[in-house]
Amino acid sequence: MTTIRINDTVPGSRVLAFGDYRPARVVTNDDLAATVDTNDEWIRSRVGIVERRVAAEDETIVDMAAQAGGKALAASGLAPADIDLVIVATCSAETPMPSHAASVAHRLGIAAPGAYDLNAACAGFCYALAAADAAVRTGSARNALVIGAEKMSQWIDWSDRSTCIIFADGAGAAVVGAAAEPGVGPVAWGSDGGQSDRIRIGSRHEYIRQDGQAVFRWATTAVAPVALAACERAGVAPAELAAVVPHQANLRIIEAIARKVKAHNAVVADDIVRSGNTSGASIPIALSRMVERGDVPSGAPALLVGFGAGLAYAAQVIQIP
Amino acid sequence: MAAIATEQDILKGLAEIIDEIVGIDKSEVTPEKNFIEDLDIDSLSMVEIAVAAQDQFGVEIPDDELRNLKTVQDVINFVQNLQKPQG
Repeated sequence: MTTIRINDTVPGSRVLAFGDYRPARVVTNDDLAATVDTNDEWIRSRVGIVERRVAAEDETIVDMAAQAGGKALAASGLAPADIDLVIVATCSAETPMPSHAASVAHRLGIAAPGAYDLNAACAGFCYALAAADAAVRTGSARNALVIGAEKMSQWIDWSDRSTCIIFADGAGAAVVGAAAEPGVGPVAWGSDGGQSDRIRIGSRHEYIRQDGQAVFRWATTAVAPVALAACERAGVAPAELAAVVPHQANLRIIEAIARKVKAHNAVVADDIVRSGNTSGASIPIALSRMVERGDVPSGAPALLVGFGAGLAYAAQVIQIP
Repeated sequence: MAAIATEQDILKGLAEIIDEIVGIDKSEVTPEKNFIEDLDIDSLSMVEIAVAAQDQFGVEIPDDELRNLKTVQDVINFVQNLQKPQG
């Protein structure tokens, strides 16, 4: 019988470097209070955001993804020719086709990689990282570029105070390569399509809507067990974690998840305060900025937890590059 | 299923939950207190408290019901009513 060979020489993958891009324009709570009935104190106490970044009118998801991807690639020390796979996680695409990933690869001088977009909303980066990890381990790619990039601002009703205060734009990227010691743990993931109407963009002519209280209840109860399952699968105890990086949905949700995971020695990402909720871009942006500031030592374990529309969720433990 | 709790048990359990989630001292949590007006607890914290109460007392408090639970006593009554053995 014919046997199909897969690459069995790669025991694991790891993140080699991160990069991020946040648009130049800062929108403060006071800026929003000038146009909708809200105020700085309310936004800070309910959501935890002080300011967020919003892309320029003509700035695209591809522009932001290429910026973040270029920085991650430069920081990894690899050349464009070393990258065999580009995945862009996004749920705010301007157009359904072509994929953003192929354009980003072209922009970065990565010739002929496997390239595709992936939509798991705010869990998208964790899904994409799991896909890249599998591709590297099975030999489908030597190295992969994984990017979360969102232009949520184009789907926001700027007169809806329940959503315009939350969402923001930006991109974060990771270069994933082969490793003798695994640096990306098994993903714990899932979805609940029965709650697909909780967070949605109904059609291309509509804005993003979410059922805030129900989503809050779900996120503060159902997500922590997923995070703990990822720790269990990776064989890393919560007390060993140096960082916990939940999707930057809402500071109150982040704190509730952190409280339940009981990672007592970990830095908990709170990038939402200055970056807003950038959906699928929030985890890699937070990680990139964390590493840049030197908040976590190289080689230390960090827990990533994505969750959002779908409802979809995914978590994994990775080693900080 | 959780054992049926007395009014005192529920008050004590609720005070511990509120202390854990919003950091309000247990002695502040008395039956007549209004969550929003007296304890300064907002709707998001109420959701977290409801979920924790669900785990502790084995009684589901859905968002629709939560809106009507204004005081500590309201929650005690709600939990006690649902804990009574059904027909």
